[in-house]
Amino acid sequence: MLEFISQPWHWAVSGAAIAATMFLLTWMGHTFGISLTFKNLCSVAGADKISDFFKVDWSMENWRMVFVAGGLIGGIIAGHFLKSPEPVNISQATIDHLATWGIAYPESDAKGMGLMNTAVFNFSSVKGILLTVIGGFLVGFGARYADGCTSGHAITGLSHLQLPSLITVIGFFAGGLAMTHIIMPLIFG
Amino acid sequence: MKNIPFLLVGIFFGIVMTKSEALSWYRIHEMFRFESFHMYGIIGTAVFIGAIGLQLMKRSGMKTLRGTFVEYKPMQLRLTRHILAGSVFGLGWGLIGACPGPMYILLGNGYWIAGLLVLSAILGTFAYGLIKDKLPH
Repeated sequence: MLEFISQPWHWAVSGAAIAATMFLLTWMGHTFGISLTFKNLCSVAGADKISDFFKVDWSMENWRMVFVAGGLIGGIIAGHFLKSPEPVNISQATIDHLATWGIAYPESDAKGMGLMNTAVFNFSSVKGILLTVIGGFLVGFGARYADGCTSGHAITGLSHLQLPSLITVIGFFAGGLAMTHIIMPLIFG
Repeated sequence: MKNIPFLLVGIFFGIVMTKSEALSWYRIHEMFRFESFHMYGIIGTAVFIGAIGLQLMKRSGMKTLRGTFVEYKPMQLRLTRHILAGSVFGLGWGLIGACPGPMYILLGNGYWIAGLLVLSAILGTFAYGLIKDKLPH
């Protein structure tokens, strides 16, 4: 059984399991969305004293913090007990393209699992720290500006057939494509 | 104690995201290069099943555990805001290959650099809160 779930999951199984997560949270009376945890953590750090924007109704947000704590624990469990026997099986085309940027696969992930490109994003170089901070900053800024991230718009909003979410997701892709095809070649090419 | 069920759903989600490989930087890069169907399959399946399930929940008049009906408070349609905000998020997503959920889950998988991602995202959220009145909404 453990061996069976330790294999990488088929995309259809994964998609259904993400939908199941959303159904469970909906049934429990809340809306699936993760990026509000960043705003909540701003509030914990004292930002609520600077701007009312960071004031949080904790009776409506506690569950979200517990949910992401669970996500982190789920990552620990998956990383320790359900580890895939092989690194993530990305396409040969992507491997070849990364090689032209001097990024070896899967060696550029220090753990060799193909989860995070630690050759680029790391604590051991100024460039590694800067790229990490810039990327994380844009995601945090953009998610709040957009009033939601991938979970809130691409999964929940689209499942609720929301036009604002669809346009936001188009924006997600516009930004991602510009970064991947225009800006990253300037940094890594 | 009443939050324990959310912890369990979170653990399930963390395992799902890891095993689905949706938290892989390489999978996201591959997705933006259109070199695999994997990520599109995941998102497409989740939204397809999600839309059907939510419709059933709404139309059956199902009550949630909090005693409410399943509903969604629509966002006001603001084209410029959605595109601009979405693009800012997308620029970050394309670079670091992780959206907010995966940041926490990567940390759980032992990638300490993801801790810096979470801190930076908190900083970005804080910056938005400070200058939001100057941005087009």
